[in-house]
Amino acid sequence: MEKAKSNKKKYGLLKDIAKNKFSYIIALPAMIYVFIFSYCSYPYMLVAFQKFRYNKSNILDIIFNGKWVGFKNFEFFFKSKYAFSVTFNTIYLNLLFIITGTIAAVLIALGLNELRCKWFIKTTQSVMLFPNYLSWVVVSYILFSLFSTQYGLVNKGLKLFGMNAINWYTEPKAWPTILVLMRIWKGAGMNAIIYLAAITGIDSGIYEAAAIDGANRFQQMTKITIPLLMPTIIIMTLLAIGKIIFGDFGMIYALVGDNGTLYSTTDIIDTYLFRALRQVGDPAQAMAIGLFQSAIGFVMVYGSNYVARKFYPDGALY
Amino acid sequence: MIRGYVISIFITVVGTLLAIVITGSAAYTMANKNVKYRNALAMFFFIPMVFSSGIVPWYLICTTLHLRNNIWSLLVPNLLFNPFNLFLTRNFISGIPDSMRESATIDGANDIIIAFKIYFPLCVPVLATIGLFYGLGYWNDWWNAIMLVDNKNLYPVQYLLLQLKSQISMLRDLQFLSGTGSVTPPSESLKMATAIVTIGPIVLLYPFLQRYYVKGLIIGSVKG
Repeated sequence: MEKAKSNKKKYGLLKDIAKNKFSYIIALPAMIYVFIFSYCSYPYMLVAFQKFRYNKSNILDIIFNGKWVGFKNFEFFFKSKYAFSVTFNTIYLNLLFIITGTIAAVLIALGLNELRCKWFIKTTQSVMLFPNYLSWVVVSYILFSLFSTQYGLVNKGLKLFGMNAINWYTEPKAWPTILVLMRIWKGAGMNAIIYLAAITGIDSGIYEAAAIDGANRFQQMTKITIPLLMPTIIIMTLLAIGKIIFGDFGMIYALVGDNGTLYSTTDIIDTYLFRALRQVGDPAQAMAIGLFQSAIGFVMVYGSNYVARKFYPDGALY
Repeated sequence: MIRGYVISIFITVVGTLLAIVITGSAAYTMANKNVKYRNALAMFFFIPMVFSSGIVPWYLICTTLHLRNNIWSLLVPNLLFNPFNLFLTRNFISGIPDSMRESATIDGANDIIIAFKIYFPLCVPVLATIGLFYGLGYWNDWWNAIMLVDNKNLYPVQYLLLQLKSQISMLRDLQFLSGTGSVTPPSESLKMATAIVTIGPIVLLYPFLQRYYVKGLIIGSVKG
């Protein structure tokens, strides 16, 4: 059947499969899985331009006999007052996370690099890596024990200094800061280890030469370590900027949850989409929001990688 | 609670094993220099990494495949959620010298023997690393539960914990508003005990697994 086409490439593939039967067979499960869950999902994007009907929700129905409604689903989202605020919150929070997280991780890595006591470095690493293993749900409990109105440590501390207790869970303005702090607490240790690995890779001969020229430890750090670490920092930052439109649903939903009073500063595209899908229950509208997000995400991921490759050929992911 | 615990352990163990087998075998093919189309295969796995269509199609596909309200809906939908692991494994296997394969072929070993007797033992470190990534992901996962499961008996321990929190704040507000002690919210200590139980396995295994975790971060940072 395939041979009848006498397509050279196809024939080459068949020959290759015959030659490496085993390799192709063991790659099949992953291929089938990715095909079903990734490639079959692309036609579903058409739902954004249709009226969704639950009795006709399989892939063929969506391609061939959907009820087309044009851009109505998009209108609903972009005309609502939430469109701007959720997009802004997503980008704003992610920018805060990227900037503060990078600074914290680099400082930790530089600090650990200056220490000479192996045992202490190992212990510090372990302690800092640990929060990374906890899920956001557990972190939300820690947050609750800190900021809860009646029993929270922070409010008890405020009372101690004679100030009024603040009801943190109804105070939208405080939340970007709280989220940033929690993010640093959970993620900085892991990123610091990546930077530490990059620092360890720096040729020690450079440091020796600098020491002979009379540079002290601080000068070595500012003149050698930081410039040589810069490519890694820039690559990591660029890759993070690529994902700037994709908020961290797990974090926001676990820490904030369905607390409507905080939506003005913490509601992001992902949580809005989740509500549109699971609580309002209209996949078509949710898909419109998701498509808007995916389109921006694609441009950002691709663009950031392009810039990374231009800047530093070894650093880009692809 | 006990039930949630059992479910969490089950999906962590089974899911991690499945994910390791699938990821490892696909990565082996992508790293096999004899396979002519290995780069095309890598491209096939790579496109979804760059262009994801979001959660809505994923949700609809799970509905179509009847992955709703059963144990498989906690296992299957996120099996290869992070294709990054696939490429991490491939880079590691690419680092194994080809002369191994050649000499084994000369000695008359076929593909299956080469894969299981030579490559598999050498890949144990990287498989342990990705196993750790997957295992942590499964243990800490409540995304599948919140999206695909409405049946209370199937909630994993993390999601039960999340629900407990919202119940507590709700009950406390009720008590606060009504001014009576008619509703007794679960005590602080019970709540924190639940949280401790949830992180228990992680705390117990942490000292043994940390080495692999750090190694994995560093393997991923070097381009193969």
